[in-house]
Amino acid sequence: MTEPLASTPMVIADRVVKSFGSHTVLKDISLTVNRGEVVCVIGPSGSGKSTFLRCINHLEKLDGGRLTVDGELIGYRQRGDKIYELKPKEAAAQRKDIGMVFQRFNLFPHLTVLENIMEAPLQVKRQSRAAASARALELLARVGLAEKAKAYPASLSGGQQQRVAIARALAMDPKLMLFDEPTSALDPELVGEVLDVMKQLAKDGMTMIVVTHEMGFAREVADSLVFMDGGVVVERGDPREVLTNPQQDRTKAFLSKVL
Amino acid sequence: METTGSSGQPERIVAIPLRHPVRNVVAVVIILIVVLFVVDAAFFRPAYDWPAVGKYIFDVRVSQAALVTIELTVLAMVGAIVLGTLLAVMRLSPNPVLKSVAWAYLWIFRGTPVYVQLVFWGLLATIYKTISVGVPFSSDVLFSWTTQDAISVFWLAVIGLALNEAAYMAEIVRAGMLSVDPGQSEASTALGMSWSQTMRRIIIPQSMRVIIPPTGNEVISMLKTTSLVTAVPLSTELYTRTRDISAETFNPIPLLIVASIWYLFFTSLLMVGQYFLERRFARGSRFVDVGPGQENPTVLVGATPTAPVEAQPGTSTEGRSS
Repeated sequence: MTEPLASTPMVIADRVVKSFGSHTVLKDISLTVNRGEVVCVIGPSGSGKSTFLRCINHLEKLDGGRLTVDGELIGYRQRGDKIYELKPKEAAAQRKDIGMVFQRFNLFPHLTVLENIMEAPLQVKRQSRAAASARALELLARVGLAEKAKAYPASLSGGQQQRVAIARALAMDPKLMLFDEPTSALDPELVGEVLDVMKQLAKDGMTMIVVTHEMGFAREVADSLVFMDGGVVVERGDPREVLTNPQQDRTKAFLSKVL
Repeated sequence: METTGSSGQPERIVAIPLRHPVRNVVAVVIILIVVLFVVDAAFFRPAYDWPAVGKYIFDVRVSQAALVTIELTVLAMVGAIVLGTLLAVMRLSPNPVLKSVAWAYLWIFRGTPVYVQLVFWGLLATIYKTISVGVPFSSDVLFSWTTQDAISVFWLAVIGLALNEAAYMAEIVRAGMLSVDPGQSEASTALGMSWSQTMRRIIIPQSMRVIIPPTGNEVISMLKTTSLVTAVPLSTELYTRTRDISAETFNPIPLLIVASIWYLFFTSLLMVGQYFLERRFARGSRFVDVGPGQENPTVLVGATPTAPVEAQPGTSTEGRSS
């Protein structure tokens, strides 16, 4: 195993296009995210932020362009100049290395917190029950919920549920974490606890792409801020720079409404 | 609910409970009617012939027939649930051929009476005299059976009941699967789980909560529908057997009661089973106790006891005369 260079790209999106029927959501997205980098994506609703995130782990199929994660083409295999769709099994194998956290948490309500975290390691990685359980407890402690292992999700607050969802994604030891508006469904007083967990994760060197409306988080934690609108990347740069001194008119207009 | 105020407790409502005089009168009248009916039936109606009921209830012919009824019910329901789940998955699949086949199946088997279908199954041997396995488009036959020898009347009845019931089960299973939030399969897909793992581990366990109550209905309904297999004709099940006995004794009423008691007994067993199944699959639901670690009692809607309005000692109860 060679230690990867800090500057090697983790995600390369090259002219990515995605349409739903006649509606083109992603027009032409090119974006590179380096290993260990934290990128926040902001933009008005309908700008394609979530769709872009969902394309990265192939929950949505690309219609154009190329998307690679850790050098691996997502959703397709290229042989010569021909492109083949991946089998469901191969697509699933790609997804297991990419963690995703959803706006609505999407915890499995019929399983306890511990079982939620153990499910994928047991089913996908075929880990032993003891190993999966030990790892799950360790992750729960990391998100500050060790005492909730036996609780069912319905008995947790939104902030706690989202922290469990983060632990669940981490249990697969992903090389990349995608956050789709992780705090948008939370009561305001619960946002902080989730952002704290994400900050710690960023500090530990996780590569993260975060679609968010939390400008404070973006300013403090992100290495780079992307502003998307109308299916294209309008502006990208240092978060403090973009937030205080946006170069594009569309960025200025958006920020003037949200800040 | 606890109320903590630093400056003493807020004033409690001390209300005189609402009276329901009409309710009490109606209750007494209904109970009187029921008691009169029972006493009348027990002592003054010889046609019920209770001694005959007692004589035949554990008659070996009857209990054997009851066993056949249960076998028919269980086998037909197992077949119906398996086939129904398959049809439900077909209807939800993106493949248009599978979708149409499942739709056509439902159209035919739900659109014709089960009695008619059972008569058809009884005539299977008339329509298809032999069942042969051979090479298609040639005259080579590897195996051949006459239909009558290959499938007994009992299994024709099972097939007839199961195929009819599968159409109803398919809709129940489909409703159950559609009731699960799409975010669930998305989350499990994102974790790298395959389609079959997602179905088996995430979707089906959650859809069970929606599937079980109507399936319980269907099992009870099936138990009673078995009395129609006389159309095949299968005559060893409970209803037909008791009819046959009463044809000899010229005393149909007690045997109808015997059959009813057996049906009620099985139905009661099934209801108990359903209760435990429902409890098993309600884990994690906000409508049941969620065990340790609950700190958000407001989500336990179904478990929230309604706080009684306590009558304080010394409250005027003089108005409580009735």
